[in-house]
Amino acid sequence: MNESLQCKEIDSTLSPGTYYLSGNEAVAEGAIAAGCRYYAGYPITPSSEIMERISVRFGEINGVFMQMEDEIASICSVIGAVWAGARAMTTTSGPGFSLMQEAIGYAAITETPLVIVDIQRAGPGTGQATRVASGDIMQAKWGSHGDYQIIALSPWSVQEMYDLTIEAFNLAEHYRVPVFLMGDEAVGHLRERIDVGPTIRICDRRKEPGAPPFGTREDDGVPPMPAFGEGERLLVTGSTHNELGIRKTDDPAAHSKLVTRINNKILKNREEIIRADTYHLDDAKVVILSYGFTARSALFAVSELRKDGKRVGLLRLKTMWPFADRIIREISRSVEKIFVPEMNRGQIIGEVMKYAGSEVIAYNQTDGEIIHPHRIMEEVRKLI
Amino acid sequence: MARDLENYLRPEVKSTPFCPGCGHGILMNCILRAIDELHLNMNEMLFVSGIGCAGWIPSPHFNADTLHTLHGRAIAFATGVKMFNPKLTTMVISGDGDLTSIGGNHLIHAARRDTDLTVICANNMIYGMTGGQAASTSPVGSITATTTEGNIYRPFDLCKLVLAAGAPYVARYSVTQPVSLVNAVKKALIVNGFAFIEVLSPCPTQFGRRNQYESAAEMLKMLSERCISKEEAQQLSRGELRERIITGEFGDDGP
Repeated sequence: MNESLQCKEIDSTLSPGTYYLSGNEAVAEGAIAAGCRYYAGYPITPSSEIMERISVRFGEINGVFMQMEDEIASICSVIGAVWAGARAMTTTSGPGFSLMQEAIGYAAITETPLVIVDIQRAGPGTGQATRVASGDIMQAKWGSHGDYQIIALSPWSVQEMYDLTIEAFNLAEHYRVPVFLMGDEAVGHLRERIDVGPTIRICDRRKEPGAPPFGTREDDGVPPMPAFGEGERLLVTGSTHNELGIRKTDDPAAHSKLVTRINNKILKNREEIIRADTYHLDDAKVVILSYGFTARSALFAVSELRKDGKRVGLLRLKTMWPFADRIIREISRSVEKIFVPEMNRGQIIGEVMKYAGSEVIAYNQTDGEIIHPHRIMEEVRKLI
Repeated sequence: MARDLENYLRPEVKSTPFCPGCGHGILMNCILRAIDELHLNMNEMLFVSGIGCAGWIPSPHFNADTLHTLHGRAIAFATGVKMFNPKLTTMVISGDGDLTSIGGNHLIHAARRDTDLTVICANNMIYGMTGGQAASTSPVGSITATTTEGNIYRPFDLCKLVLAAGAPYVARYSVTQPVSLVNAVKKALIVNGFAFIEVLSPCPTQFGRRNQYESAAEMLKMLSERCISKEEAQQLSRGELRERIITGEFGDDGP
């Protein structure tokens, strides 16, 4: 991230060392390490372990834990707490994520930084509550009405459930935007070792008393963010507003200016936001594009196929949104095929096809199971 | 608006957006009068509102922090603010449709938790801003844009609802009872816990014109005549009470 940020190294809340945690527990610890001191949520499988751990840990560190009456109240109270000065989070799964969508749009237009963790399960509807899927990837981008941008991250390990939760808070604070950690049942319930260092890097929202809280001179700027109780006499509204927060519900220029900026501040800065890892791309003819838990299977498949001399590589997206368009364009120039395995009926592949010059092949699995490496190996062998 | 209360309004606000004859201006006056009499510091106050005409009472008019939220969710937003920063005196001002229909769940749960909020529900018995559709507070028989033959469903008794959910302070007054209303707002602000006031506020534009009220003054007269105290209500028979609205403070002894 940009070095102009108000970032600092702070001591880790967990003593440095190695821990054996579930992904959901790691989210709770990551949030606490990142300074989250307000949490609101509603129980839902397979994410509830996060709120359970936070309910205990917040008692030790003086955080505010609220079990609300539903997911709508959860996210709305989080937005309220953020404007009171908190770093705040809510966590859920598909049905709850659906209920939160209206308030996500509110957070986008009011430029409220917050973190939402979606531990994805098999949908649609109630679906299979205890089973894995990646079915909410497009919902994360398009779930609320109107034009807005968010940031979505995709962790593949317990370590990343911890690290990317911290990163999610930093991105939210810097860009004043909702940030989603798009976990899933498999990574949420996975237990493995994680390493915690002595310090972590934390970035704060920018403060500038008296400055307009909802506008910048640039068309991609992020305004400073005051809090209630600081004497700024803030006007916060989900209606279209000018840079001072005054409602402008029939002013074409005001609407255009606001919507353009809340989109541009993410899209124009996407090179700074987007993170992706690559493996064996140098001589690859086929690249597997993967994210989340599926990328673990994909990496194993790549290393096995490599033993047979197959020229296969892996592109792993850590940032789902904004989408890694440049990376796809560049990689597709040097490879013949991009193979996209997903635990859905084909979601991110649509984005890949928008930008890839090469052939793009789907593999979709929606049976509530993870995609096993041998399935990926079988499919890739057909392509080489 | 009384001139001496203009300090409580943002200087850039020159007029209110309310229709002629709307009760919300009187309510606005009563709320600010209560704040003034309690000598509260507007820098330590937050006003949260939802969507609808009443949501515009504080936003953008009050010269304090204001949070104009989603339809129905004002209490949920206010809960987050208050729980994180209990020093902020937090008042929710919104309409009957917003707080008790789409937002009914948040209302009863905040009352159950006894969250330290003051909630003022401006009840005009109709969805005003969207063009006069039936609300969960519209009387049986009332004509609205969606009940052109008369509303067949009973309205909520909001005070009973919130009392049953556990609120320690519940009151109902009409804008035709401004002195009692100011006193009630003061009490609600002082109460440590969830305080709820239902304020009957006439909507001549959407309710009055469909329900045989000749003018805004007629509606005020109707409210003035129908509103009686708990004590007066005890003298009346069940039949006589049917057309009455019982006002006052409701506690353990019930409405």
